Amino acid sequence: MANTKKILLEHINVPGIETYEVYRQKGGYTGVEKALKKLTPDEVVEEVKKSGVRGRGGAGFPMGMKWSFLAKPEGVPRYLVCNADESEPGTFKDHYLMKCLPHLLIEGMIISSYALGANKSFIYVRGELMYVIRILEKAIEEAKAAGFLGKNILGTGYDLELVVQPGGGAYICGEETALLESLEGKRGNPRNKPPFPAVKGLYQCPTVVNNVESIATVSWIVNNGGEEYAKIGVGRSTGTKLISASGHIRKPGVYEIELGLPVDEFLNSDEYCGGIRDGHHLKAVVAGGSSVPILPAHLFMKTANGEGRLMSYESLSEGGFATGTMLGSGGFIAMDETTCIVRNTWNFSRFYHHESCGQCSPCREGTGWMEKVLHRIEHGHGNMRDIDLLVDVAKKIEGNTICPLGDAAAWPIASAIRHFRDEFEWHVTNPGAASKPGAVYQHLNEMSV
Amino acid sequence: MENIAPQLIKVTIDGKEVQVPAGTSILEAARMIGPEVAPPAMCYYKPLKGTGGKCRACLVKVTAGSEKDPRPMPKLVASCITQAQDGMKVENYSSPEVIEARKGVVEFLLINHPLDCPVCDQAGECHLQDFSFEHGTGGTRFEEDRRTFEREDIGDKIQLHMNRCILCYRCVYTADQITNKRVHGVMNRGDHSEISTYISNAIDNDFSGNMIDVCPVGALTDKTYRFKNRVWFSKPVDAHCDCEKCSGKVTLWYRGEEVIRVTARKNQWGEVEEFICNTCRYDRKKTSDWTIEGPMKVARHSVISANKYSNKLVEKPSFALKYAAQNYKEVDDDRPYDKNLSEIKKSEDYKALMAKNEEFFSK
Repeated sequence: MANTKKILLEHINVPGIETYEVYRQKGGYTGVEKALKKLTPDEVVEEVKKSGVRGRGGAGFPMGMKWSFLAKPEGVPRYLVCNADESEPGTFKDHYLMKCLPHLLIEGMIISSYALGANKSFIYVRGELMYVIRILEKAIEEAKAAGFLGKNILGTGYDLELVVQPGGGAYICGEETALLESLEGKRGNPRNKPPFPAVKGLYQCPTVVNNVESIATVSWIVNNGGEEYAKIGVGRSTGTKLISASGHIRKPGVYEIELGLPVDEFLNSDEYCGGIRDGHHLKAVVAGGSSVPILPAHLFMKTANGEGRLMSYESLSEGGFATGTMLGSGGFIAMDETTCIVRNTWNFSRFYHHESCGQCSPCREGTGWMEKVLHRIEHGHGNMRDIDLLVDVAKKIEGNTICPLGDAAAWPIASAIRHFRDEFEWHVTNPGAASKPGAVYQHLNEMSV
Repeated sequence: MENIAPQLIKVTIDGKEVQVPAGTSILEAARMIGPEVAPPAMCYYKPLKGTGGKCRACLVKVTAGSEKDPRPMPKLVASCITQAQDGMKVENYSSPEVIEARKGVVEFLLINHPLDCPVCDQAGECHLQDFSFEHGTGGTRFEEDRRTFEREDIGDKIQLHMNRCILCYRCVYTADQITNKRVHGVMNRGDHSEISTYISNAIDNDFSGNMIDVCPVGALTDKTYRFKNRVWFSKPVDAHCDCEKCSGKVTLWYRGEEVIRVTARKNQWGEVEEFICNTCRYDRKKTSDWTIEGPMKVARHSVISANKYSNKLVEKPSFALKYAAQNYKEVDDDRPYDKNLSEIKKSEDYKALMAKNEEFFSK
């Protein structure tokens, strides 16, 4: 589809786009000028509401609605925090966006802060990405020199200070309340909700936490209008989305797609993933980062009703968790038939075991337990009741934890067993063969795609 | 005199209605009704601000959110941090879903707990013991190695057994709110996180001993009391003294004529009423230091209340027994098992069962 609209990555290939001059030449910061000079903060919020853009961090909560929930008591500062602590396995879009287009994020931050009435905003960047932090800081200096940041921006009387904060190096700090704790200088433990950050967030003041990609879309929305943005995409999934494609595909990378693109086209067309590597075929797909349920190829390409799936929030979650998944943060991992699902599930569970914050008991103990059981099955020491045990433990973690990390740890395991139970059983019944490196169970009734 | 009555709201828990002031949590409302509906709590501690929400033992099901919005809540909620709303309907012991989730929580809390109750000082007054007795299952499905830590002395009076810790964070909040300087906290994350003083700083604050009292398990133990006694052999007595640092209201634990330890007074829910200073706790161990008020009323359902001042022995709470009976019925089918075998063999049910068996084995 050559006519796919590029909103975020329009100028990605322009040399020097990370500098202020080139970005400005390509029409950068016009959104700031328009918003600050012509629109009131409420009008900006209204435009974002009209656009129907949904949070790109994973949960897909409408951004305009989140903004309108922000409490506005008198005399209390409000904060905008950009969540750039992207650590979900399989997702690397924010990293790419910040590295290549730092000014797009800064422009979005200025407009969003103006809309929310925040005079100090934070970008909480994953601590491992030190070089990205330097890029952002350089870009902020450039924007300040050009008069887009600091006191009295463009003579409108609006002040904004932008602070880049390196993260503490934990996956859990990507959860919004844990992020706020970490930003305050405390241990990154998620808070109990309610109160939600919109009422009591950073330093107990009303706060909005948004993903990098969500904030980056704001300048386009302000420039072109929310209604124009809502025309892109399908149904309630409006606009474009960055997908970080990885795995056994010919062309891994970050792609901007219009929501509603058929998955078949995304996977197989040369413009995007370019199909599965030669001589192999698709076995399973993790559609939105490691936290979402894994789907076997036939259920990924077509829903249980036989309709072709689209890359959109609604279409991917069709069929619930029984036969569907989620778009999540757009971490698209394709696996061909050489992938051992048990090993892959174990690998994911190892990650969640390592990253659980240890605050609430189901997640703290359950993630470790599931990892140990999966390790046993993968290494040929499992037995049949371990499989049911995993399902039961996953069920007892899911929904009973403070933050969604418990769900994120339980879903991939529950779905892997739901769809690939025979593979787990093969590991139990053939411990010798299954525990060899690279051993993969061949499905007898494999669906070809 | 202000004569403004607090705004009262009506909450129904397990079919029992109670009127509570607005802003009360579900757990507090349930405690007002009584122990038969109060959810267990391992991390929530009323005297400490900000506790709760961590152990998930107090999960309840909200079947109607409020008068205005009677929709049920989609997930089980932690009752200690969820505010009750007017017209809210809550299911606690009457919901099988809650019972099942709580069984899970017991299992999770126990998988890395050493189960060394026979040598643990806390045994008999341990909240985890009570919790697993009332809500847990008989066995465990955990076959792997448990995480282990070295024992650590934090300060000269407290020993930390990290193996037993359930990470309720109560001691951290105590140090934050009772003492003027907190020197211990949680290190690392996940199931390898541990309570520790960074590079083993000693805790030598005047109120540090309260951490022993708030610990629901035997992770923080009094070094002057360790291995000297079992709780059920000692007789608690309420006493007070004039103390310049604290209220001086304590419980003395006698073994024979000897005061074997001094603790703060605890209420029915095992919560300290008034925190006491270390001088009272460690240095005043003679009867002559104290004014005796009389025997302590033990209100908790636990081994702790056994052999004390009445003949009443430990009883399993009646609601638990009731639930067990109900549950047993659900597991079994409706066949009358008081009949003799020949009669049973004639029944339709028996025949159906046998037919099912045959069908199964013929496969």
